Amino acid sequence: MFKKAIVSIRYNSLKKSNFYYRSLSYTSERYPQVQRDTKFKRLNEDDISHFNSILSKDQILHATPDNPLIIYNEDWMKKYKGQSSLVLKPKTTTQVSQILAYCNKVQLAMVPQGGNTGLVGGSVPVFDEIILSLSNMNNIRSFDELTGVLKCDAGVILQNAMDYVSDKGHVIPLDLGAKGSCQMGGVVATNAGGLRFIKYGSLHGSVLGLEVVLPNGQILNSMKSLRKDNTGYDWKQLFIGSEGTLGIVTGVSILTAPKPKANNVAFLAVDSFSNVLEVFKRAKGELNEILSAFEFMDSTAEKLTEKYLPDLPFPLESDQEGNEPSFYVLIETSGSNKEHDDNKLESFLEKVMESELIVDGTIAQDETELTNLWNWREMIPESTQMNGGVYKYDVSLPLPDLYSLVEATNERLKKFNLMSETESSKPVIAAVGFGHIGDGNLHLNIAVREYNKEVEKVLEPFIYEFVSSKNGSISAEHGLGFQKKNYIKYSKNDNEIQIMKDIKREFDPNGILNPYKCV
Amino acid sequence: MSRQLRILVPVKRVLDSQLKPRLLSSTQIDTANLKFSINPFDDIAIEESLLLKKRHPDLQVSTHAITIGPSKSQDILRNCLAKGIDKATLISNEDKGGDGVTLEPLKVAHVLKEVVSKGEVDLIIMGKQAIDDDFNMTGQMIAGLLNWSQATNVTKLEIVDGTHVRVVREVDGGKETLLAKLPLVITTDLGLNTPRYVKLQSLMKAKKKPIEKLDLINDFPQVDLQPRLKIVEVEEPETKKQGVILNSVDELIAKLKESKLV
Repeated sequence: MFKKAIVSIRYNSLKKSNFYYRSLSYTSERYPQVQRDTKFKRLNEDDISHFNSILSKDQILHATPDNPLIIYNEDWMKKYKGQSSLVLKPKTTTQVSQILAYCNKVQLAMVPQGGNTGLVGGSVPVFDEIILSLSNMNNIRSFDELTGVLKCDAGVILQNAMDYVSDKGHVIPLDLGAKGSCQMGGVVATNAGGLRFIKYGSLHGSVLGLEVVLPNGQILNSMKSLRKDNTGYDWKQLFIGSEGTLGIVTGVSILTAPKPKANNVAFLAVDSFSNVLEVFKRAKGELNEILSAFEFMDSTAEKLTEKYLPDLPFPLESDQEGNEPSFYVLIETSGSNKEHDDNKLESFLEKVMESELIVDGTIAQDETELTNLWNWREMIPESTQMNGGVYKYDVSLPLPDLYSLVEATNERLKKFNLMSETESSKPVIAAVGFGHIGDGNLHLNIAVREYNKEVEKVLEPFIYEFVSSKNGSISAEHGLGFQKKNYIKYSKNDNEIQIMKDIKREFDPNGILNPYKCV
Repeated sequence: MSRQLRILVPVKRVLDSQLKPRLLSSTQIDTANLKFSINPFDDIAIEESLLLKKRHPDLQVSTHAITIGPSKSQDILRNCLAKGIDKATLISNEDKGGDGVTLEPLKVAHVLKEVVSKGEVDLIIMGKQAIDDDFNMTGQMIAGLLNWSQATNVTKLEIVDGTHVRVVREVDGGKETLLAKLPLVITTDLGLNTPRYVKLQSLMKAKKKPIEKLDLINDFPQVDLQPRLKIVEVEEPETKKQGVILNSVDELIAKLKESKLV
C-alpha cells in the first residue's frame, strides 16, 4: 500500500526529525513536585558489568555527551524527557528475566519501552530509570492459518505483524496511526484501542495468551491458542493495560480475524453533532455487521489538516454559500462480498441523504481514494502538532455529551484570551475534536504554538472535572502513564484505586517497574 | 452559434493500482475477487475534459466516455457520468468468464476509429497507457489510423481560439510546448490534474442515467479481433529483501565485511 507506507514514513520522520525541535527540559525539572524515590539504587560500574555478563556489547547502549540516547529518553510528542544513561536491548525472554531478577535484587528502577509512541509519557524514564527496550525481540513465533492465532515476540512492530498475517489472509484486530513504529508488546501493555475497535472489540477479548516476566525474574507463560479457557482467574487480563507496571510482556498470542475481501470508505459532511449521532444510529442498524469504522472530526480539525496536507485535495467542496459544514464523518465497511457491501452502503447513503442528515459526501472509487480519505482522519494528530505542540485528551463520554467537552474547552480558552488561529502571540491555535463515535471515544487536541503552564492550568483539572461530571473516563485508550497518574481519581473511586495499588504491591513489591506512573 | 468541441474519452477498467496481484499460471494473473477501478491515467483524461467544459463557456463542449469491457465496466462509466460526463458508451466484449476478451492496442484503436468515424469527434483525450498492460500505444495508433495530429504525455492543455490546442509535454530534461490544430489525439500524463471525488448526490442521480450499449462482435464486424500477440510468460517482480537496523557503525562494518562488500 503505497499511501499507507507514506503515512508511516511521515509518522516516523516526525518522530525522529528535528523540524519542530526545541531543547526540551527534563521532566524532573518541569515537574519539581515529583521527587526521585531514594530507595532506588543509582547505577554503578558493578551493575554495568553484571549486565555485560547477561547481554552482548551491542545490546547495551550507554549515554555519552554526544549521544544522550534522545530517542529513548524522549517521548515522540516531545513532552517528557528522562535522564537514563543506559538502554538494555535483550533478545530473549531469558535475558529479560535475568535483567529483571538483578534489578529487583539491587533495587534498580526500570522503564520498559516498545516503539515509544505512547501519548502519556509512560514509555520514557522520569529520572534515571534503566530503559529496557524490547526492539530486539522481533520474531514471529508461529501462525496458525486455520484458527488465525498469531504468536509473536513483544518487539514485533504492528505494521510487520499486519503485513505478515495479511499475506495469509488475516488482519490484526487493531489498527492505529502509530502502526509503523509501535510494537505488539506495547500495544498489549497499554491496551491500545485504535480504529477497528468497533468491529473487533478490545484486546481483552482478542489476546489469547501472554508471556510475561515478573519483577523477580519469574517467567509466566500462557502462550495458548485457546479461545475458551474458563479455569479460574484469567491473570493475563491484569497485564493488558498495566502499562509496564506489573511485569514485562515478552510474548503475545493474539487472535487475528479473516481479512475482509471488500472495503469501502465514505466521507460525509454533516451540519450538526446531533445529526452525526443520528447517522451513527442508522449506520449501526443498516450496515450492521459490515460497519468497521465510524469516525468523526470537526471542521476545525480538517482546516488544520488541509494546511498539513497541502498537496492533497480536500474530498468535499464547501456549499454554495461558502459555509463549511461543522462535522465530517468517515464510515468504513468491511465484508466478504463486494457487491453485497456496495449495495448496502449505497442504499444506506441514499436514505441518509434523503432524510437530509448529511449535506454532502463522497465514496472512494479505488484504493488510492480510500487511503486518501483515511488520511483526512489519520493525519489530524500530526496536523495539530505541526506548529509547536499539542495537548491531547483522550476521553470516553456518553455519546450525547461527547462533543460538549470540545465546545466547553473552546469557550474556556476564549474566555482566558489564550487562543487565536492567526495571532502568533496567543499560545493556543485551536481546540479540535475528533474520534471514534463507535466507541464513545473523543480525542480533544489543543494545538499550541508552545507548551505553556498557563494553558495547562486552564485545561487541567477543568477537562478531567468535566469528564467526571458526565461519568466519562479520563483516558479512553491512551492510558494513565505519567501525565494522568494524578487524575485517576476522576475515573476510579477510592476502593478501586486501593485494589490497584494492592495488585501492584503483590507483583512488584519493590516498585522497580515503571515508577512514578499509572497508579 | 458558438463553435462545438466534442470530446471523446476512451477509458479502461483495470485492476486497482494499489493491489498486488498474484499469478494464476505462468501466463495469467489471478483477478478473482479483486477490486477493479478506472485506469488512473484515464481518470485524469476524464477530469481534463470536465475542466475544459468548465473553462470554456464560449464553446459548446460535450464529453463522451467510452469503454470496451464486460458489463462490470458500467461501474466506471457511472462514475464518469456522476462526475459530469455527458454521455457514456459501453462496448461489450463479454465472454463466458465475465472479464471480457482481451484486446490488443491495435484492435482497440480500430474499434475507436470506427466510433470516431460514425459520430463526430473533435478531440480525443485518453490516458497515455493502461496500468495493467502498460502498452502506451493505443493513443498513437488511433491518431495514425485517423490521420490526426497527436500530442502524447501531456501535462498542460489549453484550447486556443476554439480551433487549436496548446499543450505542454514533459520531455527529457525540460518542457516542450506544442500548438496543434483540431482534430487531435491527446494522451495524458500524471501532472495534468488531480481527479475530483465523486459527489454522493451525483452518484445517486447517475444511477438513473442511460448508458449506451454496443456489442463488440455484432456492431463492429469490420474489425478483425484475432490477436497478433501471444503472452509467453508473466513473472512476479523480485521481492525486496527485508532491511535490518544496526546499532553502531562497528556493527555495520562487521556486517559489510561478513557479506564481503568491503
